[in-house]
Amino acid sequence: MNVLYKKPESLTKEITIYCPGCGHGIIHRLIAEVVDELGIREKTIGIAPVGCAVLAYNYFNFDVTEAAHGRPPAVATGIKRCLPDRIVFAYQGDGDLAAIGTAEIVHAAARGENISVIFVNNGIYGMTKGQMAPTTLPGEKTTTTTKGRDTSYHGFPIRVCELLATLDGSAYLERTELGSIQGIIGTKRAIKKAFNCQIEKRGFSLVEVLSACPTNWKKTPAEAMAWIRTVMANYFPVGVYKDIKEQV
Amino acid sequence: MRKVLLTGCEASGEGAISAGCTFYAGYPITPQNRFTEYMSDRMPESKGVFIQAESEIAAINMVFGASLTGARAMTSSSSPGISLKQEGISYLAGCELPAVIVNMNRGGPGLGDVTPSQSDYFQSTRGGGHGDYRTIVLAPWSVQEIYDLTYLAFDLADRYRTPVLVLADGMLAQMMEPVELLKTKKRLPKKNWTLTGCKGRKPRSIKSLFLSPGVLETHNWKLARKYQRIMEKEQIYNTYMCTDMDILIVSFGTAARISSEAVSMAREQGIRAGLFRPVTLWPYPSGVLNKISEKAKKILVVEMNCGQMLDDVKIAVRNDSRIFFYGRPGGGVPTPEEILKEIKRI
Ligand SMILES: Cc1ncc(C[n+]2csc(CCOP(=O)(O)OP(=O)(O)O)c2C)c(N)n1
Ligand code: SF4
Repeated sequence: MNVLYKKPESLTKEITIYCPGCGHGIIHRLIAEVVDELGIREKTIGIAPVGCAVLAYNYFNFDVTEAAHGRPPAVATGIKRCLPDRIVFAYQGDGDLAAIGTAEIVHAAARGENISVIFVNNGIYGMTKGQMAPTTLPGEKTTTTTKGRDTSYHGFPIRVCELLATLDGSAYLERTELGSIQGIIGTKRAIKKAFNCQIEKRGFSLVEVLSACPTNWKKTPAEAMAWIRTVMANYFPVGVYKDIKEQV
Repeated sequence: MRKVLLTGCEASGEGAISAGCTFYAGYPITPQNRFTEYMSDRMPESKGVFIQAESEIAAINMVFGASLTGARAMTSSSSPGISLKQEGISYLAGCELPAVIVNMNRGGPGLGDVTPSQSDYFQSTRGGGHGDYRTIVLAPWSVQEIYDLTYLAFDLADRYRTPVLVLADGMLAQMMEPVELLKTKKRLPKKNWTLTGCKGRKPRSIKSLFLSPGVLETHNWKLARKYQRIMEKEQIYNTYMCTDMDILIVSFGTAARISSEAVSMAREQGIRAGLFRPVTLWPYPSGVLNKISEKAKKILVVEMNCGQMLDDVKIAVRNDSRIFFYGRPGGGVPTPEEILKEIKRI
């Protein structure tokens, strides 16, 4: 029998708690497929965020640690410096990475830490039920911007890839989207490039994934996917922001 | 045994290296800048990792990462920086990860000043961070003891899988004294809980999150039993001139060292004074203090703060009317003469 599709070895049997249409489950699967394909499951150490993906260690079938809210890049730094031949990645949401953990992500990139970061940008705080995130779009309604994000009052969204691209320490930065099949395939390709960047010791890599939170966006999964393509990607253009080929 | 002249910061760093520490992350703050500077040279020299972190928050979380790989890891700071580390210390305690944190206490609250102080006694012994946990707290009174206790801190941290604090102050951090160095530890304890990649075994996780009903309660009781074992086994204290004593001074760290001189001066004048010095501030040697204090007519607690260890003396002695306090907060350092005056006054 020819097996065309099966569960990656890097995922456990556990059923996730994610809502229907949530991007987290898709991204977990893509990471697991990449880890399997690169044959690095037994030397990978993941860092789960505080956010909806807080239980990531239940879903990945390799070593995963917890980290305090926003601190995965610092924890990853400690792990990678002690075990330079392991593959270390941090998994973070936009509150985790671009609000409470802004200092940690900027400095991990500036130091050129040879780690990979999977940054799930869903433009909202999922776990705490829908408050404004640093990536919430102008005009967007959340539970703390009930009349819509007013940039003159709430400030502007942060474009993380563009910000980190200014740092000499970052080696590979790409923004992708989960609003289309091509986008999902492209996201997997980008995650693989990020892990390869680490394997080849080229330095800091990050993939920012525009991802759906249908529950807090108050959209159906299909509407949420369309919204990523037609609205979110306008403010956060997908593409490669940095790709340095040489070893650091 | 090799004898060298070191500052307190350097001695703590050397104690860590002798104990097999291979990871240091820190952020500059007076009066422990020398610590971070010293480790920036000494860690690479001893094949360890040094990182100047972007903040104390990052530093403690780097230590968290290093510790979960099995490395002996540490950070150092002074009071405001230790406040920032508290969330990380709480996570270390919850995740049962060993680590050593050195505090060269300066005056507070707020930015306070940069002079020696013992004002972080409550913060150190009462948890500091959130949640139901304890940290072992070791309080040296000399540069030699900073070295010895930092060394010991790593063994205790590994034995109990828990963060250990060394609480010194700005004076001990900066003064120089001769230190006898031990041989660098070669054989470190084996750890069967680390994250190193799951080759040849089932995947593991490190976590402090327990959402199912009752599971966190069970976890907290497990921690509580561990703390109970520490209380039973790890109390350290010193006594000086306590066999025939009327007036008992209770003091720790720098204040104890100055108090010991005051005791000698009192003895020369025929006053029967003695000194009890807790070296572990948690677990506090309450039982022994209670026993020793039975003979004392009066008890004088001397601290460089407004009266914090005083609470623990009251818990241990249970007879408030005999207890007096002499304190110097905000960077004040008492002289032996001033303490002697207090001994005579009470
Ligand atoms: C120090 C601290 N502050 C706040 C929280 C509460 N909190 C948990 S998750 C979260 C935001 C999560 O949003 P995001 O990072 O975007 O992840 P998502 O849930 O959307 O995947 C917040 C504020 C916390 N756990 N710890
Ligand atoms: S709340 Fe949003 S981010 Fe969280 S699981 Fe549901 S859809 Fe996903």
